[in-house]
Amino acid sequence: MTSIPLGHILLLGALLFGIGLAGVVTRRNVLVMLMSVEVMLNAVNLTLVGFSRYNGWTEGHVLAFFIIAVAAAEAAVGLAMVLAVFRLKQTTYVDELRLLKR
Amino acid sequence: MTGEQIMFYLLGGGAVVASAAMLLPPLGRNPIHSAISLIVSFFFLAGLYALLSAHMLSVLQIIVYAGAVMVLFTFVIMLLNLSPDELKETVITPGRIAAGILALFVFGKLATAIQLTTAGMTAVDLNDPGYAKFGSVPEVGRMMYTTFLVPFELTSVLLLVAAVGAVVLAKRSLKYVDRPQLTPAAHEHDAPHDADDGHDGHDAHSHGGGH
Repeated sequence: MTSIPLGHILLLGALLFGIGLAGVVTRRNVLVMLMSVEVMLNAVNLTLVGFSRYNGWTEGHVLAFFIIAVAAAEAAVGLAMVLAVFRLKQTTYVDELRLLKR
Repeated sequence: MTGEQIMFYLLGGGAVVASAAMLLPPLGRNPIHSAISLIVSFFFLAGLYALLSAHMLSVLQIIVYAGAVMVLFTFVIMLLNLSPDELKETVITPGRIAAGILALFVFGKLATAIQLTTAGMTAVDLNDPGYAKFGSVPEVGRMMYTTFLVPFELTSVLLLVAAVGAVVLAKRSLKYVDRPQLTPAAHEHDAPHDADDGHDGHDAHSHGGGH
């Protein structure tokens, strides 16, 4: 038995997800946006771990492991794209990337 | 309040404060400060995983996230070498307020759903002999290599592709040409997009008329 209510674990996950979502939609610096995506993925991981703890399922931990692996791949490719775009336009602000609008 | 609950609220509050500090002005203005507060947030989350008996994930969180991913982030931030005048972004626009309200709305909806569905749920007893190894490295590793063997191998392929893709993307220098010049004919008549398939090349004036 654990004395932490499941609802509080899930609320913490929802709060972190909301913070990450606010970061993605309000910040215009692409680096901070990528970091906010990582916060959202971590919120989902926390939810999976909480459910696993309550049901006694190890599957949730394996799924969270896969999410960590995919997040690492996403960060590597995303940052490489940031580098390529920065070399082209000398900016990290998504508002200034308007090549398709010309 | 038990010690477990006190630890949960301390670690959870720390994770929320560190994540919020990543975005809000005093620290969030500079990407490197954002990255450092995100690392702090990842350590709080690792503590939460350990508290919830996910020992392997707790270690992985520190090694993979706080170690590998955030080192990548800080390296890229330092590699970009942003000048101080590039770190503007303090304006509050209507669009941002609307976006913040959207995030609050999503959180509110999630909170309502959670309150409706999780009342009175009780956890399994980990002192039970069947759960003796719950969340430990042997237990999670055994499941990873038996039940989830195919997804596990696919993940390794994904990581390989991501590593190769990252190297290719970061190495090649992209060149931006002001007007894309696809064929010599298109260049002469200043028509950027119409001459992309061979038979159209001789009359580039009539835009798209040949189709």
